[in-house]
Amino acid sequence: MLELKNISYSAEGKEGILKNISLSIEDNQFVVITGPNGGGKSTLAKMIAGIISPQSGQILLDGQDITQLSITERAKAGISFAFQQPVRFKGVTVHDLIALASGENLSTAAACQYLSEVGLCARDYIDREVNSSLSGGELKRIEIATVLARKTKVSLFDEPEAGIDLWSFKNLINVFEKMHQEIQGSIVIISHQERILNIADKIIVISNGEITKQGTKQEILPSLLCQTEGCRFMKEEE
Amino acid sequence: MDAILKSLLEQVADLHDIPVGAYNIRNNGQSEGRNSTASIQIVPKTDGKSGIDIIVKENTKNESVHIPAIITQAGVNDLVYNDFYIGENADIVIVAGCGVHNSGAEASIHEGIHRFFLSKNAKVKYIEKHVGEGEGTGERIINPQTHIEAGENSYMEMDTVQLKGVDSTNRVSTAKLADGATLVIKEKIMTHGKQTAETSFEVELDGTGSSANLISRSVAKDNSKQVFRSIINGNEQCYGHSECDAIIMDNGVVAAIPEITANHLDATLIHEAAIGKIAGDQLTKLMTLGLTEKEAEQQIINGFLK
Repeated sequence: MLELKNISYSAEGKEGILKNISLSIEDNQFVVITGPNGGGKSTLAKMIAGIISPQSGQILLDGQDITQLSITERAKAGISFAFQQPVRFKGVTVHDLIALASGENLSTAAACQYLSEVGLCARDYIDREVNSSLSGGELKRIEIATVLARKTKVSLFDEPEAGIDLWSFKNLINVFEKMHQEIQGSIVIISHQERILNIADKIIVISNGEITKQGTKQEILPSLLCQTEGCRFMKEEE
Repeated sequence: MDAILKSLLEQVADLHDIPVGAYNIRNNGQSEGRNSTASIQIVPKTDGKSGIDIIVKENTKNESVHIPAIITQAGVNDLVYNDFYIGENADIVIVAGCGVHNSGAEASIHEGIHRFFLSKNAKVKYIEKHVGEGEGTGERIINPQTHIEAGENSYMEMDTVQLKGVDSTNRVSTAKLADGATLVIKEKIMTHGKQTAETSFEVELDGTGSSANLISRSVAKDNSKQVFRSIINGNEQCYGHSECDAIIMDNGVVAAIPEITANHLDATLIHEAAIGKIAGDQLTKLMTLGLTEKEAEQQIINGFLK
């Protein structure tokens, strides 16, 4: 179980990016964090991965306080993180990256398996460099494959749908559903997509650095969908 | 062969024993062994200079030439001239390379001046590795020169690598390309400590349809310094591209000085240079996969110089 207790964070020139956030994510739970842009969602995910440290509060993984652990130590403790904007590396191949993620000397066949899961024709990609010759959508899928290969207790995805075309989007949903069934771990996805929200066990809404709502999708989803500008506009018209 | 010589031969030429085919092994300025084949002749120079002529017969295919040079004594200043004459339609691999083991206080210097004359349709892959080692305080200096005359529709690829132990290097490469000729140079350099490395390329694209691609990747660590100069002159309808990518660490310094001149309306010339430290998000990404910061750094550099 992953628990956040009273987490607060301010950056220089920006106070209250996260304000006293407490939440818990159960084992095997599929959680989607949503809310307006700039509300603090990505900061929260980076904090769980250890990329950003909170000014106050605690992060616990299975009861162990991991607040002071480095990125590397948290990765080893069982946290994976798929970046919103995947990083490019000159010279590092897709195979290298997936092998590093899996933590073992991965055979080409095994590495290809992960690529196929995210809908990339493995043969065309496995030996390519993770450099600027890859499109944003391709990189994004490779990023997801690195998290699949890690098979950790907690898998975090920061807006995995961004840059993914419609056709692949359907497959993306399948990837998460399959992952949810196969690994005995928690999946946390930051997303604005209704179809991703739809497969969540729990939805957490973060706005202006605070949790404004949380609950099951039946509880949260209807209110969320009615708050869009378009919806309000329609109501006024009536 | 003693252990030091063997180890250096392995590092610079991937040789575990006496090579198959044509070879010349130069040790401390003397020939340690030489072999010609039916199609590749290696003969000592007769004009008073130290060095050899390597003559490859026309239509020679799938053969290789190994000409490593090793220096294991301090205070040696080895100057060598090697000329390669590649016959029409030949397609061969040449493995050169130089290893300097210096356990003394005086500098050991190797200056290899290589000239290549490629006939029509000849194809050459030239591999050159430079390594320095030894516990002495004497400097290990390697100054290679490569001069290429690429005939009509010929192809030359040069892979040059220097990853450790060479205190000072000044590499000069020049090339003149005839119609349809292609030149590809891939250079990889890593410097440490107070090492210095200077690279200069000067390419004349004289022929219609000729093309050159110069790719340099380097890492400068500690207090080392590197300079990358590239001059490409497009004198006909041609294509020229040079690219310098460098990672700097600690107090390393890298300068890239490109010069491209189009002397013909149909010349297409491109230069790209990027110098900077390892990007923070690259380290972060690899750390989220469980690598330590040091391991991540190593992985990024290994990939970059692969």
